[in-house]
Order: sequence, then structure tokens, then C-alpha cells
Amino acid sequence: MAQNGTIENGVTRNTSPPPLPQPVKIPEIKHTKIFINNEWHTSIKGKKFPTINPATGVKICDVEEADKADVDEAVKAARAAGQRGSEWRRMDTSSRGRLLHRLADLLERERAVLATLESMDTGKPFLHAFFVDLDGSIKTLRYYAGWTDKIHGKTMPVDENFVCFTKHEPVGVCGAIIPWNFPLLMFSWKIAPALACGNTVVIKPAEQTPLTALHVGALIKEAGFPPGVVNIVPGFGSTAGAAIASHMNIDKVAFTGSTEVGQLIKAEAAKSNLKRVTLELGGKNPCIVFADSDLQSAVEETQKGAFFNQGQACTAASRVYVEEQVYDEFVRLSVERAKNIVIGDPMEPQTSHGPQIDQHQFDKILALVDSGKRDGAKLECGGCAVEDRGLFIHPTIFSDIKDHMRIAKEEIFGPVQCIMKFKTQEEVIDRANSSQYGLTAAVFTCNIDRALSVSAALEAGTVWVNCYNALHAQAPFGGYKMSGNGRELGEYALAEYTEVKAITIRLSEQLKL
Amino acid sequence: MLRTVCSRTFPQVFRISACQHSTIPAPNIHPDVHYNKIFINNEWHDAESKKTFPTINPATGEVICQVAEGDKVDVEKAVKAAKDAFRLGSPWRRMDASDRGLLLSRLADCIERDSAYLAELETLDNGKPYAVSYSVDVPMVVKCLRYYAGWADKWGGKTIPIDGDYFCYTRHEPVGVCGQIIPWNFPLLMQAWKLGPALATGNTVVMKVAEQTPLTALYIASLIKEVGFPAGVVNIIPGMGPTAGAAIASHMDVDKIAFTGSTDVGHLIQRASSTSNLKKVTLELGGKSPNIILSDANMEEAVEQSHFALFFNQGQCCCAGYRTYVQESIYNEFVERSVERAKKRVVGDPFDLKTEQGPQVDEEQFQKILGYISSGKREGAKLMCGGGAAADRGYFIQPTIFGDVKDDMTIAREEIFGPVMQILKFKSLEEVVERANDSKYGLAAAVFTQNIEKAHYISNGLRAGTVWINCYDVFGAQAPFGGYKASGIGRELGQYGLDNYTEVKTVTIKVPQKNS
Repeated sequence: MAQNGTIENGVTRNTSPPPLPQPVKIPEIKHTKIFINNEWHTSIKGKKFPTINPATGVKICDVEEADKADVDEAVKAARAAGQRGSEWRRMDTSSRGRLLHRLADLLERERAVLATLESMDTGKPFLHAFFVDLDGSIKTLRYYAGWTDKIHGKTMPVDENFVCFTKHEPVGVCGAIIPWNFPLLMFSWKIAPALACGNTVVIKPAEQTPLTALHVGALIKEAGFPPGVVNIVPGFGSTAGAAIASHMNIDKVAFTGSTEVGQLIKAEAAKSNLKRVTLELGGKNPCIVFADSDLQSAVEETQKGAFFNQGQACTAASRVYVEEQVYDEFVRLSVERAKNIVIGDPMEPQTSHGPQIDQHQFDKILALVDSGKRDGAKLECGGCAVEDRGLFIHPTIFSDIKDHMRIAKEEIFGPVQCIMKFKTQEEVIDRANSSQYGLTAAVFTCNIDRALSVSAALEAGTVWVNCYNALHAQAPFGGYKMSGNGRELGEYALAEYTEVKAITIRLSEQLKL
Repeated sequence: MLRTVCSRTFPQVFRISACQHSTIPAPNIHPDVHYNKIFINNEWHDAESKKTFPTINPATGEVICQVAEGDKVDVEKAVKAAKDAFRLGSPWRRMDASDRGLLLSRLADCIERDSAYLAELETLDNGKPYAVSYSVDVPMVVKCLRYYAGWADKWGGKTIPIDGDYFCYTRHEPVGVCGQIIPWNFPLLMQAWKLGPALATGNTVVMKVAEQTPLTALYIASLIKEVGFPAGVVNIIPGMGPTAGAAIASHMDVDKIAFTGSTDVGHLIQRASSTSNLKKVTLELGGKSPNIILSDANMEEAVEQSHFALFFNQGQCCCAGYRTYVQESIYNEFVERSVERAKKRVVGDPFDLKTEQGPQVDEEQFQKILGYISSGKREGAKLMCGGGAAADRGYFIQPTIFGDVKDDMTIAREEIFGPVMQILKFKSLEEVVERANDSKYGLAAAVFTQNIEKAHYISNGLRAGTVWINCYDVFGAQAPFGGYKASGIGRELGQYGLDNYTEVKTVTIKVPQKNS
């Protein structure tokens, strides 16, 4: 006879909040080589490059430097792995999904290690790495894990006596070149849809931040992806990156980085084999704050938008347009808030602002800050480096900015918030749109008509209403105009990683039905 | 050993998924039963009436255990729990869609962890061979739940460019409290087919499981609690159709009902909906599916697949290939080889890994099938093999084949739901399509041919929700399944399966000025 069910009435779960995650001590960096065919390789030329902790200026380790010859090897591996009849090509789509889920599970297992590595290599606060970068990476992998067996072709009711259907096939070998500001997250944005659609990948992480990508290389192998499906080539843009962009055996390249390099990538594709190109480039993103908005919330959201990740985000809220009657109040509240930002050791839990990535960026940001001062904008706070702390820059706010000033037009990629004044809706829409960029934008208002009208009028791939940086794996992301080509994330990204094949079968008239 | 089991028992996809397991673990033939009560609000309840009913091991006819018998009042409690779990602002309604997906994934993980135990319990309660429970039923359950886990955050509405100065979009919202009534032939799998899409889309569920096979569903209930579904999201009631089932079908607070079972009961469900609150109805009902073998087919494959199409799961499949139409020129050879194959079919102890066929589910089905066999003999069909009980105890029936079957015979028209194959002869394609379609049912069909045009001619012409070409019983969670005509309403599985569990809300907002 059966035992009765264990009755668990009244058992409540422990609901005390979990302790804050802690960075881990990393005794040695295990993965510093080139990852091809699920194996670790030294560079063919025998070259290495150092990767630096920007918070201290101290070298973390040397990493094998991939160049053209190494990219060739990686492409060969990727090509073989994607060969018709290969394990990867014959795998059930649901099994591909299982692999991506397993990879997400492994990222979850190694979450603290990866967040620590990411923080060391980029200088971003550990808790940001843990809660934003890792969370976003894991969710992106799981989201696309679910897509693998849902990428449907169609059957078409074509005229006359034919059967016609489409198959969505992988594009082939996908090159990917990713930036240093969100190394692991950008890695996931690239590989997840590419693998979900059945492609193989050759990915170059940024030379400033190769470590998390390489660590994930080991996890990709552990998860059970066949050799050659993902290949990781740490190296420089002008060598390894250029080799990917111009490679005759790469079928598609996805690049995230500056608009300037984006133009080079597209030119290389045009000159080589017309590989498909998707680009996620720069932005000079307008935020429009109307007087009827929840001002406190608008101040917080726009400032987080401007300073998050030390301002090193293509989505940075770098142009804030505030309606005349609340302008002074908005600036005052923003300055007050900026002064409370805690700058410090990225590993400390209270820190919300770390160093810039490297000397080059640091110098460029300070030069733009100087141009702002020179051009006559009003410096409200910050405006200089933190004394004796290497690459740290004080959160900086300018007011009284004119649209023609350099700080109002160029992407600063640093912790500089520019606050402008506007009078009318029509005027601010025109000013917001008069930019070569069109990546993101935001509007703050409680009025539904205004929210919908302005969001419809803005020339940007993403518009946030009463929020900022609300990015989700389910929603597409990408730029109008010179902010990019194509979309990442969401179902839309799948189209960038599939070729559609229409198959038409003629049936004889005799058997027509 | 395994290879033999695989190749003999599961052609096609089943063979592949079965052989992915390096070994089938030796079953515990006396699995413990841990749960035998009603599951409401993540808690176990006796029936309000304190009544219980026995569940029987069909291989022996012995009682496995008593199970709490849910009735109207218990359904009432369950619906209240489900309605409360669905109220606006509840944890379930406020949960991120991706987290709903994660819960379903975790449920699949737990089922995978306990797959040997679940397969043992399924075999004990249902009688199907353990090798099949372990290699087919449980893995398909896991895949189905994982498939719908992925849909949870991908089932988006649309924005729609309507005329005028408006902004218009749709939201895909859950229907609400979903009643689900499932059969005994694939207890675990039918539960997964129902829960997967309902939960992925954010509904809450009151499910009645078949009185013949309540045990595995109750174990799954414990896993639902273990992985962290909020209380009241899934409620499971073992009980009888005329009492608990009827209470669900006619309940005023149940917003949708999904039923899998006989066409007769399907009529009752539809009627109960119409006389109560017009709840949405989806039905997966009976079939008398035609399986058409053309003269150019690969004979060996066609014989093996047609054998599998009919005898799989003791013939207890709504989509079984009950009517095997064979083209004249190969008819005799096909019958001969089919009989040869059927005679080799291993009938016996379902826990023996060599066994291909176990007992029928209960005495009632057993008697009904024997009745059909008598009618076949009486009406002049030619009994080629089998035709009787296959053991002294339990509900075993010999694999049975009738040749020279005419379209108007009872065995050619009614659903037998047992291991009884009808082989009919045809001459031309036009003729066979017409005869195949001359049935009130339209669930599944198959055609065996190597000719691409004939394959399309027949598959386009058949009035059935699923057509297999050169294969049979190929199920993927990704592909829809459901019936034309009296075989059902709506589709389960695939993206299509989500429609049944979704209300579409159109939101239209007046805007000052529209722009493209």
C-alpha cells in the first residue's frame, strides 16, 4: 500500500536576503591562449601582449596574441565544424538549445569568478559585473537556448501546381569583433544567436579585456560544444580584427565598437567576399526631460544613463535636453547626486565608479572636457582626474551647452553629462535628431500623448520612456543612421544569423489537387 | 541487448532517442508510491468525501493502492486555488516571463533526474513496457517541457499599423484558469502536453488525471512544488469523468478546458461548455487513421513502420494506423510479411526489457477489444493471426491481424484502441484518398511511397491534422498535433499550441499625429 504524501503544510522558506556576493581570490589566470578547436594554442608568430588592471595599472598577465595566421587556423576549424554532415550540422536543434542552457548553467556556477575577472580586466565595479554583466550574459544565453527549435520556415501558397517552402539555414562561419566595455555581455550577444541558428564562430575579444572570453572558452568546451564551433582569437583590431573582416571564408561579420572602425569593417567586407555585416556603433543619445515628468526619477535615470560603466557605453545618455522651466532645478539635483557618487576600488561593494579602461581613453575624455571648458560650457562639477589615482575621472556635468560644441556632438565615452535647455517639443525633436547617430534615446513625461509622439519622432533604434538602459534579451537593440546596421537581441537577431532558402517543387498536372 | 530493444520496439525518432541512453537501467519492479492524494495549493488533501478508489496493475489485475477520489467539492476547492493564484498582482501574474520559463526548465530537470522511477511507476500503473516508458515517454515529457520553457518569453504580441491617428498593439495574455482532463494511454506525456503550453503562457491549471493511471501525475505534482511554482498554479485531482471531469467541464470559473480522450466524451465536454460559461474548448479525440502503402514503397520499411504504427503502446494510441490500405499488386506480400512480423512480437511482463507489448490498460478495454475481434470474424474479415487473450491473468491480447477487410465492417470504422490491425486493398490513388477520407475522424494519416508527386498528391488530399510520409508516429514537441473533423478542435504542441492558452488583447491609443 502507498505511503501517504508527506504533508508539508506550514513549512515556510527562509526568506532572509542572501549575502552580497564577494569577489574571489584568483591565484592564477588559467586561460591566456588562443582557443581553436576546443584546444589552447600559442600564437603562430610567438607574440604575446599584456593585459592591465586599469584600477592599479598593474599587469595581470600576458595573453597569446592572435594575428592573421591564427585567424586562418580558427576559420579553418570553424569551417570544418560547420561542414555538411558534421556533428554540429546534424545535431537536433533542441540539443543545440540544451548546449546553450548548459553553458548558461556553467556561467552561473562560475559567476563570482567571471565577475571578478571582468572587474579586474575592465575596472568596472565587481557588483556591477556580477549583477549586470553576468546576469545579462546568462539571460541572453538562456533566451537564445529557447529559440533553437523555434526558428521556423514557412510554406507558401504559390500560384499554380507547386509546393513551396522555406528553410532557415545557418549563414556559416560568423566572425565577431567585440569591445572592451562589456566584454562578457557582448560575447554573449554575439555567440548566443549565432549558435542558436547553427553557425560556427570566430570571435576576437578586445585586447584590453580578453580574460573572461577565454575563461568562457573553457566552459564552452566543458558544456560539450563540438570542437571548432566557437574559436576565440585574442588580439588587436588592425591585425586579427582586419583578418576577420577581410577573410574570404568568413560568411558574416558582426562588429561592436566605434563608428570609424565600423566603416572599415564594411569596406573590408565589400572588398573581400561581400560577407554579411552587422554593426553596433557609437551613439550620442538624447534624453528629453519634460517639465511634467517625475523630476527626481528623471534625474536619477538620466544620470545613471550618463555615468553607468564610467560613461563607457554606446548607450550613454550623453545629451540631456531639459525643458526650460525645470532646467535649473534639474541641473541642481543632478549635481547634488553626482557629488555623492562613490569613486574607488572596484572590488569594494560601496564603489559605484571605477577607472576608465586605459590611458588612451583617459586622455581623450579629458581633452573633450577641456574643449567644453574652452568652448564656454559651464562646468557644474568634476571636470578633472581624481588626483594620484591613475585612470579615475570625476563624474562631470556641463550646463549651458550649445548644440554646436564638440561635447554636444562627439561621443565622449566617459563620465561626462551634458545638460541642455529646450523650449518646445518640436524644437527638441529636431535638435535630438540632428546627429549622425541614432542608437538610443529617452523621453521623460507623464503625458501619454507626448510620450507616444516623441518616441515615434525620435530617430533611434531604441527609445526608453521614463526609464533608461532598460535592455532585455527579448527586445531588439541596434542603431539608425551611423549607429549601426542590423539588430541584436530578440527574435530580430535571428534574421542576422540565418540564410533563407526557398524550395519549390513542381508537381505534375495529372495529380493536381 | 539494448540495440535489439531499440530496433525492434522504436522505429524512427523513438529509435534515435531511445538509443541515446547508453543503457536502460534495470527497473525496480516494486516502485514505492509516495503520493495518492489530491494536490491543491501545493498541498496534499484527502477527498472531502473521504472516498478512495483502487488503481490496478493491468499486468496482474492486482490493486496497487487506493487513491483519493476527487469530486465536485474537491474541484471547487481546486478552482478556487487556481483562481486565487491567477488574481491580478499575484506572484504568478507578476513573475517575469523568463522566470516562468526557468521554472518549466527546472521541472524538466527534476523529471530527468527521476526518470527511472517515473518510468517504473508509469509501467506499473499503465502496463506499457518499461523500456518504452523509460526511452520514449519520459524523454518526450522532458523535451516537451523544455520546448515550452523556451516559449515563455518569446510569445509576443504585435504592434499594428491601423488606419487613422492611433497607435495599436496586442498583448498575449493568459486565458485564466484552465481545466485539463487527460487520458490513461500516455499519462505522463499527456500531462506534459497540457502543462507545458498552459504554464508557459501564464495560466493556472486544474487537471483531472485518468482514474486508471493517477500515480505518475501525482509524483509530478510533488516536483512542481519542489521547483517552486507558486501555490495554486497547478492543482491535480485524481477522479472519475462523470463526477470530477464533469465538474470541471461545467464550472463557471474555469475559463478554458482541454480534453484528450474519446470522441463521445468530447461531445459532452463541448456541451458542458456551451451550457455553462462558454469556456474555450480544445479537444484531442479519437481517430481511425489511414496508413496507405503504395506499390513502389520500400516493402521492408513499410511493413515495419505499419506494424509499429498499429501495435505501439498496445494499440492504445489515438493516432494509431488502424486502417492499413495496401495497393493491390503488393497486397499479398504485405499481409504475409505483416503477419510474420506480428507473430514475432514479444508480449509479456512489461518490466522485462525484451517485452514489446504489455497488457491493455483494464478489464473494460480488454473486453471491448475482444468484442471487436469477434465482430471482425462475424462480419467476414479474414483473421490472419492472433485473435484472443495472450495470458491467463492480466489484460494481455495477442497481436491480431485481419485481412480482406471491407470499408463498411465495424472493425474498419470504429476505433478499437487495441492491438488489432485491419489490412485493406486498393487500386488507384484517387480511390484510396476518397476511402481514407470517408471517416468521421481526421487525426493522422500516413503514406508510404518513393514517388515525390504521389507523396504530395496523397498528403495534400488527406483530411487529417498530421500526415507522415514514409514514417509513422513521429512526434516532436515543435510540430503541432490535432484533429480535423470529429477528431478534435485546436492543436497541441508547437507554436500553434500556444494559441489555445492565450487571450489576445488589442490596445488602441489615440495619438495627436501618426507618422510611419
